[in-house]
Amino acid sequence: MTTLLEEQVQAKVDLPLLANIHQAVELDEYYVMGHRTCAGCGPALSYRLACKAAGPNSIFLGPTGCMYVANTSYLCVPWAVPWMHTQITDAGAVVSGISAAYEARIRKGKYKGTFPNIYVFAGDGGSSDIGIQAASAMMYRDHDAIFICYDNECYSNTGIQTSAQTPYGAWTTFTPPGPKIPEAKKLFPKDFARGMIALHPAMQYAAAASISYPVDYMNKVRKAANIHGAALVHVHAICPKGWGLRANQVLLCGKLAVETGTFHLFEYENGEYTYQYQPKAFKPVTEYLKIQDRFAHLKPEHHQKIQEFINQGLKRCGIKIPVEAV
Amino acid sequence: MKTRFKKYTVEIPEEMAIPFAGIVESPKPNGEQPMMLTGGWRIYRPVIDSEKCVMCKSCVLACPDATVLLVDGGNKIGFNLDYCKGCGLCTWVCPVNAIDRVPELDFEDGVPFQDALFLLPHVEALYAD
Repeated sequence: MTTLLEEQVQAKVDLPLLANIHQAVELDEYYVMGHRTCAGCGPALSYRLACKAAGPNSIFLGPTGCMYVANTSYLCVPWAVPWMHTQITDAGAVVSGISAAYEARIRKGKYKGTFPNIYVFAGDGGSSDIGIQAASAMMYRDHDAIFICYDNECYSNTGIQTSAQTPYGAWTTFTPPGPKIPEAKKLFPKDFARGMIALHPAMQYAAAASISYPVDYMNKVRKAANIHGAALVHVHAICPKGWGLRANQVLLCGKLAVETGTFHLFEYENGEYTYQYQPKAFKPVTEYLKIQDRFAHLKPEHHQKIQEFINQGLKRCGIKIPVEAV
Repeated sequence: MKTRFKKYTVEIPEEMAIPFAGIVESPKPNGEQPMMLTGGWRIYRPVIDSEKCVMCKSCVLACPDATVLLVDGGNKIGFNLDYCKGCGLCTWVCPVNAIDRVPELDFEDGVPFQDALFLLPHVEALYAD
């Protein structure tokens, strides 16, 4: 950022990238045990790994969502770093204000410390549905902050309602399957990360990660933190309650989402996309759908439709792998 | 059945006892938040076979609650059972099947229990022996 003083920009030490899981384990925990999330909660795991990667020089903002409601019981928070609640619509606006305030205080000589890494940890509703305008404005103005979207594909906080990122065919309490609409949800989800990249020419770094690949995810958070300007990390965080999974199937489900091509791991840097998972053949999407109870009502023709949607997405990304639905 | 409960009580200072919204103290890094014990949720307890364990540390990064710890100078895997919710992700992620899931009621020490969190007189009376 041009408004920062030179020495403070230099004083902000870049977070080194992690080479392996052993280096990742040695980092301190800043999202500690003792919170009210479900057993096997994917968003809690994504929060923990992000805090672990972020380190002490960071501020976290939590827009309303399950990672706000389930973590903050009366007088008790699990964060060992500064954390603040924002409304679900305005996470981008609040982070813009905090970032601009630090810049102004540094410019006026009132703050002598290093510039902190400011993270927004918004759910899919708080980033791609209700909170999209504030998030977009923050990325448009290129404030020095990191926007992390933990994507659990529903509004889990209020009891599994449909959001803009809920996939086609998923059961939610707003989209129950019935005789008239046998496939439950009729709409296809937004492509949030790529959409934000396309919208904002100032975006220097964006990435999509999954909790099933923790070191890859932590490195992406660190890369986003090292950027001077707005950065986006979209993390696939599996919700065992909302998706109808056993608690111990969460990481399996995240892995299958990547292996079937439902969720792409990518990095966007210097105007170019790189894809981290490019196998010889993707698995058929049925393997991913059959372990989740929210897709239990789907018929083979719906599986075929989802497979076509996924193939289209892979084709658009330039990944040429033919996949057939079983 | 005889069950040994651990005693966890947190005294709230007067200035912190607020009805709605405010600033609260953070826990320490690598610490814990003793006002939200979650070990009582557990149905299956993770039990590690240290002889099978190859110290790949996958389970440490797989725990959503950070309850899988490095103990014995970083040479062994241990669990903080006061907070472990028993989700079984450590068992799933283990490449050598060293972590077993044992039903919680098989153990004599039972589960941690949070009694009388907010030290109110009528709550204390409820839990008095």
